[in-house]
Amino acid sequence: MTVGALPRQRINRLAGSAVLAAGLASSTASAQQAALVTDLSDHLISITSSFSGTDLLLFGAVDGGPGDIVVVVRGPELPVVMRRKDRVAGIWVNRVSEEFQGVPAYYAMGSNRVLRDIASDTLLARLQIGLDNLRFEPKEDLSDAERKIFSDAIVRAKLREGLYRLEIAKVNFLGDKLFRTRIQFPANVPVGNYIVQVYLIRDGRVVGAQTTPLFIKKFGIERAIFDFAHNQPIIYGIAAVILALLAGWAAGVIFRRP
Amino acid sequence: MQIYLPIAEMSVSIFLLLGMGGMVGFLSGMFGVGGGFLMTPLLIFIGVPPPVAVASEANQIVAASTSGVLAHWRRGNVDFKMGSVLLAGGIVGSIIGTWIFTALKAIGQVDLLISLSYVVFLGLVGSLMFLESLSAMLRSRSGTRRRRKLHQHNWMHGLPFKMRFRKSKLYISAIMPLAIGCLVGILAAIMGVGGGFVMVPAMIYLLGMPTSVVVGTSLFQIIFVTATVTVLHSANTQTVDAMLALLLLSGAVIGAQFGTRFGTKLRGEQLRGLLALMVLGVCGKLAWGLVATPEDLFTLTTLGRVGG
Repeated sequence: MTVGALPRQRINRLAGSAVLAAGLASSTASAQQAALVTDLSDHLISITSSFSGTDLLLFGAVDGGPGDIVVVVRGPELPVVMRRKDRVAGIWVNRVSEEFQGVPAYYAMGSNRVLRDIASDTLLARLQIGLDNLRFEPKEDLSDAERKIFSDAIVRAKLREGLYRLEIAKVNFLGDKLFRTRIQFPANVPVGNYIVQVYLIRDGRVVGAQTTPLFIKKFGIERAIFDFAHNQPIIYGIAAVILALLAGWAAGVIFRRP
Repeated sequence: MQIYLPIAEMSVSIFLLLGMGGMVGFLSGMFGVGGGFLMTPLLIFIGVPPPVAVASEANQIVAASTSGVLAHWRRGNVDFKMGSVLLAGGIVGSIIGTWIFTALKAIGQVDLLISLSYVVFLGLVGSLMFLESLSAMLRSRSGTRRRRKLHQHNWMHGLPFKMRFRKSKLYISAIMPLAIGCLVGILAAIMGVGGGFVMVPAMIYLLGMPTSVVVGTSLFQIIFVTATVTVLHSANTQTVDAMLALLLLSGAVIGAQFGTRFGTKLRGEQLRGLLALMVLGVCGKLAWGLVATPEDLFTLTTLGRVGG
């Protein structure tokens, strides 16, 4: 499925969907890639005024014997600037700055057992699985040492924001074929197009992979305010001022002493 | 109960925002300052991005000052002529301030600019006010209260463009209030404050205005300067979170009403002494943030954004 595909209807019931997915898997078992079929409980996360983070259920089925499942959720990639503070005349000031590409806004993982038991470091590095294996591209040439320092700092900053996760979500197998896991999204999750990559690994080799798109969008009043502020910033500013004047005036009248 | 703020892009407790608004509104009504110098650092402290905190707080101060100015207007404590001159300077200042803010935001120094401005201005004004109110309290206690002249004559009175301000009982050059208004406008744009903490002392000590009209007049100027700043920040950086401002002001307008009443029960020098202590407290907290070794020397800024 391509990232541009339209979000599907919400599938509420896990059981029915999992059986459906298993059925799909067995019917196309002859193809190598079809050894793995997965889907999400929802392909669209709506951010409304009551949004305070959410969970998605990822489920799927494998065919052709036991294997390990690794799940990677990556947010949209936007350029970031890293700045390092230095002490200047007693105060801490941003001095060195470096721009990086290829930094996912959000990154989380899941697996059914410890990663190093599933695959070699080389494979994990190649698939960019694990926070140490993310490859951020600096705009300017950096020495390996500098690059490492900045990359570590990006991961630390993202961990502080709660947008990268150290803990790996548990993928649970139900029998040999069906598996499921929960993916958590915090309240500050950035909007954009996400991808959920699921790898089926046997004997240290990837034997199946599937990428599912996920969209995170603002809806309702949140969407209206955001669009208004970005599409007509001057009128938005004036509207905000008028609202404030009215609120202040109303309070002044209500609280007027007799 | 959590609410998602559309521009700050974060989820916060409604009651936390209402409570912060109410508390700061109370103080703003009591002291006749916008309260922004407390609210903006508080917002940054709960995780609102500094540019959003500054711009949204400016929007909130519009409301707090409007309800405050109504109370003073009814008592005839607003010098509209002086307010207009201060305002003219304020609009020029807010344009300069937003320009500096936007330029420094582009090179990653806006957080430093915000902190440094706070430390310098709060430190200066807080110390001066504290010393003055302390000596006033000591003077009134010893009972040797000299009758103060209406105003002292100094170099300022040699400046051209003299104007008569009846309500303030002054005949002074328009240059001084214009300059004060301009400085306040710059501060409003950079710090997300009304600037009352600079303007009120400046009006008393530099212009020699009677204390009774100072608060109302400064609130009058603050309404229009913060309104200008709100529109400019919205146009330049789209950082005004109307939802955040609305929640803060719901708390603040109510708090301000109680604050105004409570403030009339306190004596002038006690009021100024209390305000000075609070200003110095915030200053100390921010100064510590500049000199203490940060938890992590690196900071991350995401460039651009995905729409909606």
